[in-house]
Amino acid sequence: MFQTLFHKRDFYAGGLMTLLGAGVAFDSGTYDVGSLTHMGPGMFPLMLGVVLTFIGVLIFGTALVTPLGEDEHILPRQKEWRGWFCIIAGPVLFIIFGHYFGMAPATFMCVFVSALGDRTSTLLGSVLLGFAITIPGCALFSLVLHLPFPIFRWGF
Amino acid sequence: MVTTALTDLWFGFGVALEPHNLMWCFIGVLVGNMVGVLPGMGPLATISILLPLTFGIPPVGAILMLSGVFYGAQYGGAICSILLNLPCHPPHAVTCLDGFPLTKQGRGGAALGITVISSFVGASWGITEMIFLAPVLVTVALKFGPAEICSLMLLGLLAGSTLARGSPLKGVAMTVCGLLIGIVGSDIETGTPRFTFGIPNLFDGVEIVALALGLFGIAEFMKSVNQLSEVDTKYTKVTFKDLRPTKDELRRSWGAMFRGTIIGSLCALIPGTGPTIASFISYAAEKKISKTPELFGTGMIEGVACPEASTHSSVQGDFIPTMSLGIPGDAVMALILGALMIQGIVPGPQLISEHPDIFWGLVASFWIGNIMLVVLNVPMIGIWVKLLAIPYKYLYPSALFFVCIGVYSTGNDMFQVGETIVIGLIGYMLLLLDFHPAPILLGFVLGPRFEENFRRAMLISRGDSLVFIDIRNHPISAFFIFLAVMLIVVQLYVRLRKPKALIPELEMNAKPNAIAPVEP
Repeated sequence: MFQTLFHKRDFYAGGLMTLLGAGVAFDSGTYDVGSLTHMGPGMFPLMLGVVLTFIGVLIFGTALVTPLGEDEHILPRQKEWRGWFCIIAGPVLFIIFGHYFGMAPATFMCVFVSALGDRTSTLLGSVLLGFAITIPGCALFSLVLHLPFPIFRWGF
Repeated sequence: MVTTALTDLWFGFGVALEPHNLMWCFIGVLVGNMVGVLPGMGPLATISILLPLTFGIPPVGAILMLSGVFYGAQYGGAICSILLNLPCHPPHAVTCLDGFPLTKQGRGGAALGITVISSFVGASWGITEMIFLAPVLVTVALKFGPAEICSLMLLGLLAGSTLARGSPLKGVAMTVCGLLIGIVGSDIETGTPRFTFGIPNLFDGVEIVALALGLFGIAEFMKSVNQLSEVDTKYTKVTFKDLRPTKDELRRSWGAMFRGTIIGSLCALIPGTGPTIASFISYAAEKKISKTPELFGTGMIEGVACPEASTHSSVQGDFIPTMSLGIPGDAVMALILGALMIQGIVPGPQLISEHPDIFWGLVASFWIGNIMLVVLNVPMIGIWVKLLAIPYKYLYPSALFFVCIGVYSTGNDMFQVGETIVIGLIGYMLLLLDFHPAPILLGFVLGPRFEENFRRAMLISRGDSLVFIDIRNHPISAFFIFLAVMLIVVQLYVRLRKPKALIPELEMNAKPNAIAPVEP
């Protein structure tokens, strides 16, 4: 029974919510809870934390009583590590390149790297897409909308 | 009563027809229609991307544009469903059932034509409902004290989280998470920083744009990457001429259209049952009263007209609780409400009297926007159909750039981009665990007001928590709590006693998630 439990989504879902709720409830004790009439900053989070813990336990309970779904996996069957990595790497590079080199390099890197996440994309295609977005994108945000973000800079 | 509403509407048309407002409305519906057509992009992500761009324009223009995206996307989504059989926009998933067979029979153009007509009929009814119902709601709501507001919010949050798709229990969990995220930042009364982990950037709270783009941008992209197969565009050659339905098709659609409209407008009034549920209920109802229910699914024009009309009447009706009570029914409405708050406008029953230009301008712009959409969709159908062929591998990197720059522009701060990435990762994890993140936004937007009113109600009642169910002094509040309890009891009863009644709901839950094309 416990073997199948570890394959259940609701086992983790309920566990996560219980932990989160309990964490919030305990942490709200560090703020002033106050009384029901004069509530302190800690009262509302404390109540929410207790409610969330309770719901988490209920979700956990449904994992115990329902049979394992036929096709129940936590991660999708096809694991898109490349796609996931590239989608996260894009915005991360946007932060780094935006901070040091300006809007244009940041945009290019963001689009280029995240485009590589698709299994059918090629290096050349991604580079071209990067340029195709960077040029009108920077023109729009910098020249039309006057976003205070220099197109190029040397931020070291 | 009727005359005041009509004079106010006249004033609204004056506001909405001002050239710059007209322009914002046009941009909104145009962008909305475009993202509606593009498979894999939704109105939620688009509205969140556009949200920071509206900081600089006056509130009326901002709201007209953002709302335009929402109802514009509904027109576009239907094209995607009918011609490609892609149920990537949940409210139109049911339209695939009969719309795509029609396309295969070569009547796709006529189905689109009927869609445009029923959309317009549905939307017009929804707008009319808003004109007459919202002021009535407001006169009642203005009498509400903190206890009543609190109970109403509780009811709205419960309905929004349990009636939407997915498990109700998980929906409530997500709402509570949203309320908790709303707490992050300085406490409104004492200024104590709460749950900020010592990061000064979080003292102002979590940025709504970062939250929305993390959950509906980055997390959605992670879910859909490499999952959308190349779309089959073999049926998508539709020209202006093809849109004309035959007399017989038109005759069969009228009844369905009106029934759909009524169902949609009723669904709009219950928070949480937005356009998606309305379209599924109306399709089921239409099938039930039809003389030939067995033909549904093989290309019945009624099966297109009815859900489309109800989607649109529900989309417009969704604005009623949002604008008159300040209680959003779903995540899109929560975003629109967030946009109002960023502009410094306090949502709630006083909105119509304090900012009549926003409310009546919005109502009038709905009509103008819907007429624009009919004009955009009918002669330009060829262009929209071409957009269907844009592959996802070009779409999501471009969208990611807009996500980054949009979040950055909220405060010219790279921290917000980082925040979005973290929220996106958490959002994807929640998606994997079968949570639907939409209620998070609902809780997040209502959270601070909920807490404020809760504290105030308890202060007034001197700490007596029974104030909310005190029938003698607070009958309205007690009534809302009663409704909330009934909501839970009925759902429990249905789940435990009649699991069979849930089957259509299960189908519905399965469908919108099916982002990959269904067997053509």
